[in-house]
Amino acid sequence: MLTMPVIECQQLSKRFRVGVKEPGFLKTVRHFFHRRYRNVDAVKDVCFAIDEGEFVGFLGPNGAGKTTTLKMLTGLIHPTAGSVRVVDHTPYQRRHEFLRQITLVMGQKQQLIWDLPAMDSLRINAAVYRVPDDQFKQRVDELSDMLNLEHLLHQPVRKLSLGERMKMELMAALLHQPRVLFLDEPTLGLDINAQAAVRAFLRQYNQRYNATVLMTSHYMADITALCKRVIVIHEGTLIHDGGLDELLERMAPHREVTIEFEREVTAERLAAFAEVESVNAESATLLVRRDELTRTLDRLLDELPVVDLTVTDPPVEKIIGQLFAGGSVSSPQVTSDT
Amino acid sequence: MQRYLTVMRLFWSTSLAAEMEYRTNFALAAVVSLGNMVGSVFALYLLFSTGYLPGGWKFEQAMLVLGFFTLMNAFANAVLRVNLSRIVQHVQDGTLDFILLKPIDSQFWLSTRNFSAWGLPNVAYGLIVLMWAGRALDLNVSQYAMAILPLVLGLIVLYSAWFTLGATSIWFVEVHNVTHVLHALLEAGRYPLTAYPVIYQFFFTFVVPVAFMTTVPAWVMMGEHAVTWVAGGAAFAFGAFVFSRIFWRFALRYYTSASS
Repeated sequence: MLTMPVIECQQLSKRFRVGVKEPGFLKTVRHFFHRRYRNVDAVKDVCFAIDEGEFVGFLGPNGAGKTTTLKMLTGLIHPTAGSVRVVDHTPYQRRHEFLRQITLVMGQKQQLIWDLPAMDSLRINAAVYRVPDDQFKQRVDELSDMLNLEHLLHQPVRKLSLGERMKMELMAALLHQPRVLFLDEPTLGLDINAQAAVRAFLRQYNQRYNATVLMTSHYMADITALCKRVIVIHEGTLIHDGGLDELLERMAPHREVTIEFEREVTAERLAAFAEVESVNAESATLLVRRDELTRTLDRLLDELPVVDLTVTDPPVEKIIGQLFAGGSVSSPQVTSDT
Repeated sequence: MQRYLTVMRLFWSTSLAAEMEYRTNFALAAVVSLGNMVGSVFALYLLFSTGYLPGGWKFEQAMLVLGFFTLMNAFANAVLRVNLSRIVQHVQDGTLDFILLKPIDSQFWLSTRNFSAWGLPNVAYGLIVLMWAGRALDLNVSQYAMAILPLVLGLIVLYSAWFTLGATSIWFVEVHNVTHVLHALLEAGRYPLTAYPVIYQFFFTFVVPVAFMTTVPAWVMMGEHAVTWVAGGAAFAFGAFVFSRIFWRFALRYYTSASS
């Protein structure tokens, strides 16, 4: 059966006009009287579609256009060009019927009332979203159980730890049981345990309610744990839409070979085999192209005094880091499975 | 409508609860308002003690105006200041986004989210002054009742002006200075309008419509120009309120097309 995607955007673009100001007092005065502007294309011709129940990672370096895109999807800003549909609505009209089906969680901003217990903020949200009393109770029970927050509902928010507060924010954002979740850095600043707890909750929520999730995060562990599919944008342009594995394969043509030697081997000597990442007396790490792996391993074992050897994929962080540092992005190639 | 009332009840009960966390603030506010009140009465007393009748107003009549002024101040402190000065904050912090994504009127949310107990002592003082002046002028219950409508209209005018100014913070983040100016101009409402020169009367009726907030309710209470002023006040209040809504929509359109 053919189903409509829950989120769909076509040739989505956003152009901002920003004032151009050069440094210096005179230039400042001139800027005050005579403004010059330039156009910044924050998002350019982005197309993707997300189906019901998908959990999609949204990646890109700072300033790539992630937040701008999220704001267009939630209806906070108007696109300059292109079209966007979310749960069969045009977001920027911000119809109440649309708003009741979505939620936005921003890791660095909070909506709970600081001086009061979270329960008070939850009651307000329930009234705003017209959640009836019995459902309110049931959802609070259910969510606080999933998030392990039962004992904290009646404590002033300011007395909660950062992790507890984030979980509480999630609860406030999900009380109306939205179909679509937009999560902007939901684990920002949390310690490892709190991150893991939030991750586990999001996975459970996504499965239990078949909710559609689009999430940005700088923590690759969030992405690898939750998202089979990732959308990557860079300088406003979509550069990858597909499986996380495919992305890694494409972006990381190398594998890491870590070797221990019987005696010291110099970097110069190793350089004849492959790119040297690090050398430390009797051990070294090389980056070997995937297609040359077998041949290089044979040569290494033949020609050098190898004691032990392991082959691994470089950590995802590193690959994504390289991706955003420039290098691999220069020849964008869009793979799309939608 | 029912939902909006429920939400407002929750808004106000939670903000009172939050304020109750700081009890001494409330006591201080009561003392400060009392000091202001005594100062104003003393100033009026000095003005009238020489037998001078500004604009033909008697001392007791001027006290009615002062009573309405105090009620207006109460409203400004309890509702306007605590809400509308935060619009700037929401724009700066980006938390306006949360409000815009709630399935509820954003102007309603921004205007009613907070309620401050600080304004409440002024309600009591204002009523005491009105009672005292009313007794001295021999006013009856129905005359008090008649003043309610023009007072409410005056508060609507004040709200609309304040909200419109607050809405400009979408463009000018330093807008809280403007509300200081507004607040200073409102001080003019402390005294009867016709005590001012004609040009000021015009200014305080049509530009910064303080007249509708304090002098008009006093007139209506005393049975002067009642129908004309209430009709004029109603038209003005309606116009100002509609304008504030249109202006907010316009400001939001700018916000949603230009902000990043």
